Amino acid sequence: MTIRRTTLGGSTYEFPSLADLLARATPARSGDVLAGIAAESQAQRVAAQHVLADVPLTTFLDEQVVGYDEDDVTRLLLDTHDPAAFAPVAALTVGGFRDWLLDRAAARDEAAISGLARGLTPEMVAAVSKLMRNADLVAVARRTRVVTGFRGTLGLPGRLASRLQPNHPTDDPVGVTASILDGLLHGSGDAVIGINPATDSPAQIVALLQLVDAVISRYEIPTQSCVLAHVTTTVRALEQGAPVDLVFQSVSGTEAGNRGFGVTLDLLAEARAAALELGRGTVGRNVTYFETGQGSALSADAHRGVGGRPVDQQTLECRAYGVARHFEPLLVNTVVGFIGPEYLYDGKQVVRAGLEDHFCGKLLGLPMGVDVCYTNHTDVDGDDTDALMLLLGAAGCSFLIAVPGSDDVMLHYQSLSFQDVLTARSVLGLRPTPEFEAWLARMDLLDDAGRVRELTPEAPAVQALLAAAR
Amino acid sequence: MTTPEGAEVATSAPSRDPWAVLRQATRARVALGRAGDGLPTARELEFRAAHAVARDAVHTALDTGRVRAALAAAGVGLDVLEVHSAAPDRATYLQRPDLGRRPAEGTTLPCGSYDLAVVVADGLSPRAVHEHAAGTVAAVLERLPGWEVAPLVVASQARVALGDPVGEALGARIVVVLVGERPGLSSADSLGLYLTWGPRPGRVDAERNCISNVRPPHGLDYAQAADTLVALLQASRQLGASGVVLKDEGVTLPPGAG
Repeated sequence: MTIRRTTLGGSTYEFPSLADLLARATPARSGDVLAGIAAESQAQRVAAQHVLADVPLTTFLDEQVVGYDEDDVTRLLLDTHDPAAFAPVAALTVGGFRDWLLDRAAARDEAAISGLARGLTPEMVAAVSKLMRNADLVAVARRTRVVTGFRGTLGLPGRLASRLQPNHPTDDPVGVTASILDGLLHGSGDAVIGINPATDSPAQIVALLQLVDAVISRYEIPTQSCVLAHVTTTVRALEQGAPVDLVFQSVSGTEAGNRGFGVTLDLLAEARAAALELGRGTVGRNVTYFETGQGSALSADAHRGVGGRPVDQQTLECRAYGVARHFEPLLVNTVVGFIGPEYLYDGKQVVRAGLEDHFCGKLLGLPMGVDVCYTNHTDVDGDDTDALMLLLGAAGCSFLIAVPGSDDVMLHYQSLSFQDVLTARSVLGLRPTPEFEAWLARMDLLDDAGRVRELTPEAPAVQALLAAAR
Repeated sequence: MTTPEGAEVATSAPSRDPWAVLRQATRARVALGRAGDGLPTARELEFRAAHAVARDAVHTALDTGRVRAALAAAGVGLDVLEVHSAAPDRATYLQRPDLGRRPAEGTTLPCGSYDLAVVVADGLSPRAVHEHAAGTVAAVLERLPGWEVAPLVVASQARVALGDPVGEALGARIVVVLVGERPGLSSADSLGLYLTWGPRPGRVDAERNCISNVRPPHGLDYAQAADTLVALLQASRQLGASGVVLKDEGVTLPPGAG
């Protein structure tokens, strides 16, 4: 094990392992304090960043943060590493890689940045993000292109999609339908109409899948549905003939974390194969959807790496992206601000984490979305989520999650509203997916300038859609 | 598409507002209207008000004097002891759940031999404790004639698992923790009840039984909550266990059990 050290302001700082160096170099957040691995002073943090900047990228191929022998995520990541994709940056240090990325971003060289994905490991990407300021994270993510498709095409330039999240505390079909229609009337739902079910009951999952499928079929909406049940429940529903577009699963960056979620890599591969076989996509064949979030490994006591030492939550989050990437997802989103103040304490930490997650996911090749959200015991409010939303829009985020009036009445937290997504699109000049935009036009929901019209309940377009509930 | 009977009835009387039916089916904030791309002022302020009430509920300090007075007024005759967790203040409490799970350094409690200990913990909503703890405790105790109950502990900056060391120190076979639950936008005063058999540090969530959303008149009332809790207490005492195992044994609970 290499001990790395530097001197800053007359003090010498030593970092006994790569995991320790990454943790100390991480911008402040409560979860790393809780895990006992955060920098103990501002100077120690910057000293760690200095040292990290000089670490060659190849080090991350030779020196593990979570051991190869004891963790199947590490094995997946290293066994599928693509040396040809890595070649353009193989000679760089972490600091040099930051400069390279900013340089290519400024030159609008999307191909160079986007082509790296399979050559990068999550630890490399986590490392470089720790040296970047928020604007760096935005600038580079904006020039990273990841395009995926099922019934709509996500990730195209100038587009911002949204997941319509019509949750209901008892999965009441009329209640769910009300929220779906409200979202569609606000131009939301092009990424997915995705329901978190109130229970994991197989019958209920099938009923919800049929409900959303009926709405999509009736109006021929070029989008996809998802009921975010455990992957095994979805596969069972699929085998019973339920209309499954996407298989969903929360994933973690360690084998122990995935075990905590009740999944293995093999299980995810089987679920993907089953969904692919249905062939329900029209413009693309991406059939998986994953959610992640900083702190989930720590909360499951699955955050340890080499020697049983804790790994920082942002590096582990990137490793979860490495898992997701393997299954060629249509959608991936981090849920930033849901898990609580013991992981991300306030608006500053939530904004930072949201931008890191988006940047890292995209650089690793993921169609990255974000659930910009907060709970009532976190020091976050609508001003903070506005800031993160607009920054993500500028960063070329694939999709944002939206719920009626920002209030998720099932999960009891606040996410963005449908109106917020309209604001982000109009302020930043972004549009829905092309297929969905054409559908909105067909339904007479767009004005001459292509903006979602503000309609009274009596408007024919509204009456036509709401007839579905009768 | 499935439509419950209630909605069918409503649609038979045609309304000019097609949202009328849909609104009845959900508390979700649908059809709020727009001001440009944003929310109309009235809707925006409604949302802020709900968030403000929830935030204030989290950050209200537990008033132990108020809890004592409410317990006395409700006819609870137990001695009351006060305990503070190892989290010195709210900001630390929110970021260090581990500290909220153990008593402050130097805490001592009188050890006895009891069937039950009751801990009233502020949790994430001291307001829920102020409003609903005394009524709940009174309803529970009047259903437990013959049970030896330890002095009642009122705990500040406390999480559910603080009941483990406290219950153990008091010498109780079962601990019940009444705790303020994380406030939602429309429920800032919800109390949760957690039962743990054989309290000692290291118990895990799977070893507890929970009744959530005690919050009359909107959630469970005190009698409903007490009926359920007492059924669980009796089953727990009989089996010498709590948690998942209690559910597996098929304990029959009264309707309304959370």
